[in-house]
Parts: sequence; C-alpha cells; structure tokens
Amino acid sequence: MNYWDKEKECMPREYLEKLQLRRLQETIYRVYAFVPAYREKMEALGVKPEDIRRLEDLKLLPFTTKQDLRDNYPFGLFAVPMSEVVRIHSSSGTTGKPTVVGYTSKDIDTWAELMARSLYSAGASRYSVIQNSYGYGLFTGGLGAHYGAEKIGASVIPTSGGNTKRQIMLMQDFGTNILTCTPSYALFMHEVMQEMGIKPSDLKLKAGVFGAEPWSENMRREIEGKLEIDAYDIYGLSEIIGPGVAIECPRKNGLHIAEDHFIPEIIDPETCEVLPEGTPGELVLTTVTKEALPIIRYRTRDLSTLNRSVCECGRTHARMAKVLGRSDDMVIIRGVNVFPSMVESVLLNIPGVEPHYLLVVDRRGNLDELEVYVEVSESVFSDEVRKMERLGLQIGKELESALGIAVRVRLVEPKTLERSEGKAKRVIDKRNI
Amino acid sequence: MAKQISVFLENKVGRLAHVTRVLGEAGINIRALSIADTSDFGILRLIVSDPAKAYQVLKDARFTVSETEVIAVQVPDSPGGLASVLERMTEQELSIEYLYAFLGTRGDDALVIFKVEDIAKARKIFNEKGIKFLDESTLYKL
Ligand SMILES: [Zn+2]
Repeated sequence: MNYWDKEKECMPREYLEKLQLRRLQETIYRVYAFVPAYREKMEALGVKPEDIRRLEDLKLLPFTTKQDLRDNYPFGLFAVPMSEVVRIHSSSGTTGKPTVVGYTSKDIDTWAELMARSLYSAGASRYSVIQNSYGYGLFTGGLGAHYGAEKIGASVIPTSGGNTKRQIMLMQDFGTNILTCTPSYALFMHEVMQEMGIKPSDLKLKAGVFGAEPWSENMRREIEGKLEIDAYDIYGLSEIIGPGVAIECPRKNGLHIAEDHFIPEIIDPETCEVLPEGTPGELVLTTVTKEALPIIRYRTRDLSTLNRSVCECGRTHARMAKVLGRSDDMVIIRGVNVFPSMVESVLLNIPGVEPHYLLVVDRRGNLDELEVYVEVSESVFSDEVRKMERLGLQIGKELESALGIAVRVRLVEPKTLERSEGKAKRVIDKRNI
Repeated sequence: MAKQISVFLENKVGRLAHVTRVLGEAGINIRALSIADTSDFGILRLIVSDPAKAYQVLKDARFTVSETEVIAVQVPDSPGGLASVLERMTEQELSIEYLYAFLGTRGDDALVIFKVEDIAKARKIFNEKGIKFLDESTLYKL
C-alpha cells in the first residue's frame, strides 16, 4: 500500500481526534478574534470560543453557506491581512457575486500535501507522467492538482481543458500514466480517441483521478472499461481548499477525508441536526488548519454518508460515500427529488445505451413533466421504427421505476447534447416557479 | 441482396437536407429513399450508388448510421403486379418488415425494396416461385 504520509493517514483515531480538537479550538479563537462576521454569528448564538471543549461541541457553532461568502465579498471572511495572502481563486459566479477564496503560503503548501496524498493514493510516484486536464485559472482544479503532482516529483503536463485532439496526441507521445480531469471529460476524450483511431493499448495510461462533479459507480465501470484504467474519485471544493479534501484508496469503497485538516459531519438538510454515522445527509465540513480563509461548518450541499471505521487499506481517516448528488442539481418534480446521477445509473444498465442524457423539466398547465433526452448510439440503432419505439419505452419504464415519476423519453442524435469540456450540463428547468 | 443505409434523424429542420448534402458532396447518388417517422424522430432508409462510402461519410458527419440487408425485387409494372408478389410471399409465411419503391425500372419491371425478417428464406422462395430480384452490383449501377 502506498501512503504519501503514513503517520498522518494511518493515525489512530484517538490521536487523530486529539489533534482535531486542538486545531479546532485554535481555529475558533482565531476566527472569533479576526473575522467580524464569525464573531457576530457566534454572539448571536451565545457561543464563546472557550465553549468548545470537546469535538461534539462543534454542533454549537453556526453554519457557513455560500451566501455568507457572497455577503462578505470579496475578502470579508479572510482571517489574515492581505499581505499574508499569496493566492486568490474564485468561482465563476453565474448568479450574483462570485465566491472568493484566499490562501497563505502555508495554505498552498497544505493543499499541495493533500493533492500529493491523493495522487499517491491513486498510484502516482516521482516516476509518473501526470496529465492535468483540469482547467487552470480561477478554478481551483488545475493549479491544485498541479502543485500536488509537482510535490510528488512526478512529471506534470499542464494541458488544462480543451483542444482534446492535441491532448490525446500528447498523451500518446509523452506516455501519460495518470490523467486528472472531470469524469465527463474523460469519457469525451475516449470518444475523440475513437474518432482518431487511438486505442487504450496505444497509451500508457494506468489511472485517472476524476472529480469536480458527481459521478456514479456505473460511470466508473464505463470509464474503467473504455479507457482500461483505474478510475479514482477525488472530492474537494474551493470554499474548503479545492481538490484533495477527500480521495479514494485502491479499495474504492468511499473517499478518505483528510481528517487532520477537516472535520466532517453529516446533517439533515431540512432540520440541520447532526445525523448518526452511516445515515445519508448533507456533508458539512470545518477546516482546522486553514489560515487565510478558515471555514466553520460549511454546508457543501453534497449528499453523502460517513464511515469512521478503519479501512482495509490501513487508513484511519473517515470515508465519505461517493457523492449521491448535489442538492443544487436536484430537481423536485411533483414532490419527488430527482438527481441526474439516478438517470445516469439507469441508462448505464441498459446495454448499448450511452450515458449521454439531458433532463428537461417543464410545466404544462399545472403539471410538471420530465422529459429525458437520450442519445442513440450505433449499437442500439435499428432501421425499424418499432424497435426504436420499444427502446424508448424500455428506457422510460426503467427510469420511471427508478425515479418514481412518469418520464417521457426522447431519442436524439448522438453528440447533439451539449458536451462541455468541463462540467456536463444535465438539467434544463423550463418551469417558471 | 442489397445494402441499405439507414440513418437516425431527429425531427429537426434541415437534418434531411444535411444528409443529402453530405452524400452529394461525396459524389454519391441516391437511388431509393424512404423515411419512417414518429413525432420525435425519423429513420431514413437509402439505396445509394456506393453504400460503403456513404456509410463512412455519414459516420464522419456524426450521424448514427447502420447497414441493413434488403432485397430489390422486380415487380411487373402493371395493375396487380405488386399484389401477386406479395401474395406469393404471404403464402410462404415470409414476414415483411417494410418495403418502398425504387426510383427506376429494370426493363418493363418496377423495382421494390423489401426488408424481410429472414433473408435466406426469401431468396429461396423467390428462386422457387420465379420472383426476380437484382444482385447488388446491378442495383447500384441502375
Ligand atoms: Zn482506504
């Protein structure tokens, strides 16, 4: 088993929790002293830093949401003077103000350590050639993965996203071993490889570290089968630090959260109560080593579960289940919660059907309707209308039983659904609610 | 026997025009054509002068394409001509998936493209019953 930092990654829980408590207390004193917004929220709840005596006292503290970052745009939540900030990243901010995050040089180093751990867990070493196809720039994916790969001493190819044909040419010529990008981009790359007549056996690719969007076990099987690699899920969000918050180990049975830097909780998104271990709910994260932007109880909107038992790989850090979906992506149709990932799982279980789809929600009269666009690949195409109609009905029936609502399936030509080189757009909500 | 090119088309403006343009630019002649459509999509079936090339250029243009085996049957170009052929096929329990007319003739005969369930059986029956059908190379050159 490969550990980047065995002492930390396999630390007995008893010591790990002592470390977490000490770091949490220090963080709370710091935000109380230096971040007015946190002090006000704590005062409103009547909580003082000295009230945090045990790890369980975390639940006394206020939550932080994306809105808090917007309200304090751009630097209001920073806990250090700007002279200490060496990097600023920002979300795209499609609605309203973007969210801004800052890093001290120690934060950048922590982040690189976490990414090094993550890439190492996926089999990287100083001999690896790592192709980093996460976008470089304001988005944390590109630079985050880059620094971690360099920290390991691997050879990094900073291709960023886009120009897929050239990426594949470089992958072949430079002998890339590990690919880092979004899972949908990995599948897109495979499509382009096919068009170029390049087979997985023409490449030296062994593993991929895929994140920045939720993806299912089925999609893992598909990527692993098509690209003939091991596909690892990596989790992170810029508000916490960026990619590297959690990473799968070779057991692929949950993502180890770097608990020496972050404390995870699972809450009921409605009542905000902390849920017992193993119960699905919204992941909440608290940073305990971040300097520039400490974040207390951040509501990630990602749905998962926690497992604190020691993993077969030897790591003691809690494992979060693969994200089941984002509550932002979730659409409520006739009172039923629908996640794009559920549609994907159904499609991948129908032989020959590609997991390229789009959910279109509309309201006709007073009734919400869900239409799912599914691409017709050559393997399911028939020259007989009857067979094609039967395929549409079959997909519709399976979607209905999985989602619990009526679904109209529309068969569309391949590659007509938007296949962005970053995150795939999966839902169009036409309802004016 | 003949190869038909089948293309999946969304019911969107300009898709059929696009297919014919792609074929035209590749110097491929359309010899017969039929569209089966539903409210959402259509299936275009083509007999062309060069099926292998047509398959490739349409695939390159990112259409979903497949090749299907069909039979080009010679039907007397007179009232009841098609009926007599169909009756003989029905007698032999040869099930027909679909059929459409070819844009050309062979001597005095009209030509009809048949997609049948069992192509080997069809061949045998046609030979026994004296129903004439064209071989591939003759058909593409018509
Ligand atoms: Zn593990």
